[in-house]
Amino acid sequence: MSDDMLGKKEENGMNATTAADTTNSIASGADQPHSSGLGAVAAASAAKRTRTEQPFGSGLEARNVHAWFGKYHAISDMSLDFPTGTVTALIGPSGCGKSTFLRTLNRMHEFIPGAAMAGEVLLHGKDIYAPGTDVTKIRLKIGMVFQKPNPFPSMTIGENVLAGIKLAQLKVSDKKELLEECLERAGLWNEVKDRLDQPGGSLSGGQQQRLCIARSLAVRPEVLLMDEPCSALDPGSTLKIEETIAELAKTMTVIIVTHNMQQAARVSDYTAFLLSDGGPGQLIEFAPTREIFTRPKDKRTENYVTGRFG
Amino acid sequence: MTVTPIKPWRATKRDILTQLIVIFLSLVAAYLIVANTGFEGRLPLVAFFGVFSICALALISGLQRGKEAAKDSFLAGAAYVGVFALLLPVVSILWTVVSRGTAAIYSGFFTTDMSQDPFSSPLTDGGIKHALIGTLWLITIALIISVPLGILTALYLTETKGPGSGLIRFLVQAMSGIPSIVAGLFIYSALISGTGRGFSGFMGALALSILMIPTVARTAEEVLKLVPPDLREAGLALGATQWKTVALVVLPAAKSGLVTAVILGVARIAGETAPLLFTTGGADATNLNPMDDNMGTIPFYIWKALIDGSPEAASRAWAGIFILMLAVLALFGTARYLSRSRTVR
Repeated sequence: MSDDMLGKKEENGMNATTAADTTNSIASGADQPHSSGLGAVAAASAAKRTRTEQPFGSGLEARNVHAWFGKYHAISDMSLDFPTGTVTALIGPSGCGKSTFLRTLNRMHEFIPGAAMAGEVLLHGKDIYAPGTDVTKIRLKIGMVFQKPNPFPSMTIGENVLAGIKLAQLKVSDKKELLEECLERAGLWNEVKDRLDQPGGSLSGGQQQRLCIARSLAVRPEVLLMDEPCSALDPGSTLKIEETIAELAKTMTVIIVTHNMQQAARVSDYTAFLLSDGGPGQLIEFAPTREIFTRPKDKRTENYVTGRFG
Repeated sequence: MTVTPIKPWRATKRDILTQLIVIFLSLVAAYLIVANTGFEGRLPLVAFFGVFSICALALISGLQRGKEAAKDSFLAGAAYVGVFALLLPVVSILWTVVSRGTAAIYSGFFTTDMSQDPFSSPLTDGGIKHALIGTLWLITIALIISVPLGILTALYLTETKGPGSGLIRFLVQAMSGIPSIVAGLFIYSALISGTGRGFSGFMGALALSILMIPTVARTAEEVLKLVPPDLREAGLALGATQWKTVALVVLPAAKSGLVTAVILGVARIAGETAPLLFTTGGADATNLNPMDDNMGTIPFYIWKALIDGSPEAASRAWAGIFILMLAVLALFGTARYLSRSRTVR
């Protein structure tokens, strides 16, 4: 286990310090995409992930989803399946609608003034946009972690974790046990167990983000949406959160937006590549992560994952 | 080997000495000008001294380190002068109030009213009990009315963003410009004149609420706008309703700012005199019931003492001002204490 972690740390360090070099070497070796570094990462991490269960059931399905901001057509005709127990990464250049798509999946899109959408998002076969659906119940089942760590400033660490219980008015028999379990799953318990009554803002950025993950877990969601959860964090914290994601995927569906292709290759089972060619963002390719990084079917995907644009 | 911590960025002794000499020379120059020209008094002296010392210090920096340093020094000096110009009247007012306001205060000042004694009676008789009770009643009732209404208005503008938000924001801003006497006249003509109802503390509190609500609403709106949108999203993403998010996340995050909004509202009304003349009627006797009959207040007490004209009455007016200031200060202190924030942000 410790060897394993060391190996991952190496990758992380490389990612932070020599990202440019990596990109160059990938670009120069692009004639044989099989040998690209990211493909190897994806293959290695897929091999490491010895899943006992196969993906089961249909967790979350997007059917012909479109989204608009006023007149601006942000994403067009996205259809994707997210089976339970898998991690799906959404990659693509800035402005291609990754985050917008993510926010349509738990009905956070509608908070933006002028927002509109079309299509269906099915959770266990039921459309979450169907009339009469209780939005708050949907968001309980489909949790979200944001790009910037946002613990509630008026609450302590412990209160932050249990905030969802209070906010959604859930009944919990043993709050202490839930608190420990959620912090444990988010990989934060050991660091904060002696300071649960300190404010959430007193933690470092990476700890705050794991606190936010613990907070999302406390309401027991079935799906967790993560919108670039590591973009504001240092490599060490990123590693911890990636370990957390791997742990979570054993019991739930995780969908993660990331700009970091190394991260997509490391953590995800499936990868969706989105692109906007001036118009609305579209799904270009959706495949097991290993294939996206080794044998992309679309030329544009290949160009993106080998660092030729974006 | 031990290393002693030093601060190499601090001004050297020579620099400080140069500056002190320059400041002293500016003072001398200002004094010479005031003594030998038509200017008279302390104010021109201070003004000349301020201008001279800023310019001289800027000149020295300019000679030593160039043009940019001179500009930097000039603006820093201007900031000091600005602060001084602001503090001067504040300190002067405080000093005057404290030095003159204590003369009329004696052991029975808070336990007697003016029902038995005229304002020109010796300072050992009568007191401010009736006015203090009246002012506390009025502020309490105005708080009970204005704080919920003001904060709900702010929530409508920032959280609900319902129809007509723009118009409501405009009206609230317009309302905060209403002259206070108009608020009093409005309550008088709408609720007192011709209705058979007489003056009462409650009517005064209503008039004060008209003045307080826009102040609270505008300040609270500004404060709520500063709460990061991610916090609202985080609350909603946890399956909370908007009401729960506002109550458990947004309002606690804005707590200390909202207390400031309330304090500003109280500060707006505490010293109002004009709207109370036609609503509370004013009184010299203690009235514990805010719903019925005339009620005295501290501003009314001050006003009545001032128009009396006798030296004893003038001392009483100063004492009233002193007590009003202390009462407002105590309110602010309490509010600040109650809103202490646990956050380290």
